Amino acid sequence: MIDVSRIRNDFPMIRNNPDLIYFDNGATSFKPQCVIDAVMDFYTVHTSNVHRGDYAIAAQNDRLYDEARKSVAKLIGAEAKEIVFTHNITASINQAVYGLRNLVKAGDTILVSEAEHASNLLPWFRLAKEKDLKIEYIPLDAEANMTVEGFRSAMHEGVKIVAAAQVTNVLGSVQPVREITEIAHSYGAVVFCDGAQAVPHMKVDVKELGVDLYGFSAHKMCGPSGVGVLYGRYDLLQQMDPVFMGGDMNARFHKDTTVLLKEAPVKFEAGTPNIEGIIGTGRAAEYLMEIGLDNIHAYEKELRAYFMEKLSQLDNIEIYNPDNVYGPIDFNAKGLFAQDAAGYLASRNIAVRSGNHCAKILHNVIGTDQTIRASLYFYNTKEECDRFVEAAKDITLENAVGIFF
Amino acid sequence: MSNVNSLLNDPAILRELIMDHYQYPHHHGLVEDENYASVHMASDSCIDDITVQSLIRDGKVEDIRFDGVACTISTASTSMMTDLLRGKSVEEAQAIIDTYFAMIEAKEYDPDVLEEAVAFQNVYKQANRIKCATIGWKAMDQMIAESENKG
Repeated sequence: MIDVSRIRNDFPMIRNNPDLIYFDNGATSFKPQCVIDAVMDFYTVHTSNVHRGDYAIAAQNDRLYDEARKSVAKLIGAEAKEIVFTHNITASINQAVYGLRNLVKAGDTILVSEAEHASNLLPWFRLAKEKDLKIEYIPLDAEANMTVEGFRSAMHEGVKIVAAAQVTNVLGSVQPVREITEIAHSYGAVVFCDGAQAVPHMKVDVKELGVDLYGFSAHKMCGPSGVGVLYGRYDLLQQMDPVFMGGDMNARFHKDTTVLLKEAPVKFEAGTPNIEGIIGTGRAAEYLMEIGLDNIHAYEKELRAYFMEKLSQLDNIEIYNPDNVYGPIDFNAKGLFAQDAAGYLASRNIAVRSGNHCAKILHNVIGTDQTIRASLYFYNTKEECDRFVEAAKDITLENAVGIFF
Repeated sequence: MSNVNSLLNDPAILRELIMDHYQYPHHHGLVEDENYASVHMASDSCIDDITVQSLIRDGKVEDIRFDGVACTISTASTSMMTDLLRGKSVEEAQAIIDTYFAMIEAKEYDPDVLEEAVAFQNVYKQANRIKCATIGWKAMDQMIAESENKG
């Protein structure tokens, strides 16, 4: 098990805000000092561009950049050449979608789920419109869980792409990605998996999952904002076209407009990348591996169970995903609009997310279109859960309106 | 100072007013009448989603109605607005709207003009809720501008 009080010391945000209860980790995470240092050192000690300088600092940054790619690869069980750096997971998904456009033809089907975040739906919707494809939905149960049987029933010969989150961002449902991928592959379909809510919290091995493409963001896993990752099976990456054309990604080009691109992953990284962010991302990956993803997962699971048990005892709170053992807790204060309740919690120095969490069609499944999402991370504590529950007890209409006086 | 105004200085009373307008909003529910103008407001930062209807005729706000799903602040502020603006001339209504926006933006304003709506005088302290407190009012502001363009 992990030493949380020691871990909390790694995070300046916690030291600087000792009374803040930050349960909005599904939105973004705090950064440990080592990641901040990695970013700051680039500004203060070794600024340069990458892949184009002949001096020592430039060579150092080339090395740090490549090491970051190796660290991220190690984090998810991939090879370094299968790791593409983007600007966030949304960019990763858009790159994946763009890269697959030549592998589909009119009438083909893309299979998605209603629990997906906007970023794992809208790019597919646009591709479907442009290429005259069909969008179909994988059936879900009342807590937005996919089942292997349900997936099998939705799968057919026409499905060429399957896009699903490993852990959904609202309810934290862990989907059976490995089994789904196996079935999808037996039909010859390509699987994209959104790992934004998985990679920060659990050991992910993309080879074991078998997925063809996998995306996540650095900022939710203790890394800087502005960096996303797209993993791709190497032979598939080689077949895919880059979204962006420009510097660094081409090998040579001629006046007659012929362009020869570099190999993946470099061909997807046009222009000067977010160098310090990527170096910081590598450091974040190392930091998580030092603590141990299995340790993080076990601790969060225990913390969530503790929190759920206390919160579920409150009469004024309705919880939408009580049977999930993992991920955020979604609830409402009975009779109150989510934003009003979140506003009251904010007045007690508690940060949560209210609303529909960018999953705007999920309400078809869970029967409400707005919730409060409390999402934990490994630096949260039972003591914080206790304080949260004390505050949650007091969520009433009167108190929610009372914050304005 | 009148008795009414002294009541409107009492935070407990103002809080009750907001709660009351939220739980029992006034002029709630839309009508199907093509003489009404209508504006659908969906806030892009939250999920408030309301529609405001108005009947503006001969320079007068004859009716305002609204419906939708929204938080306490959105619902109560829109409900109070319907009370305040109904029966007023377009000029009077515009003056009240301008005063309300001045209050929300923490500028100088005349509280007597706003009556119960002074309950939202502190919203400016919570920047993320300013949209809630103005969503219905903006809809009405827009409909008045459109009626004047037509007229």
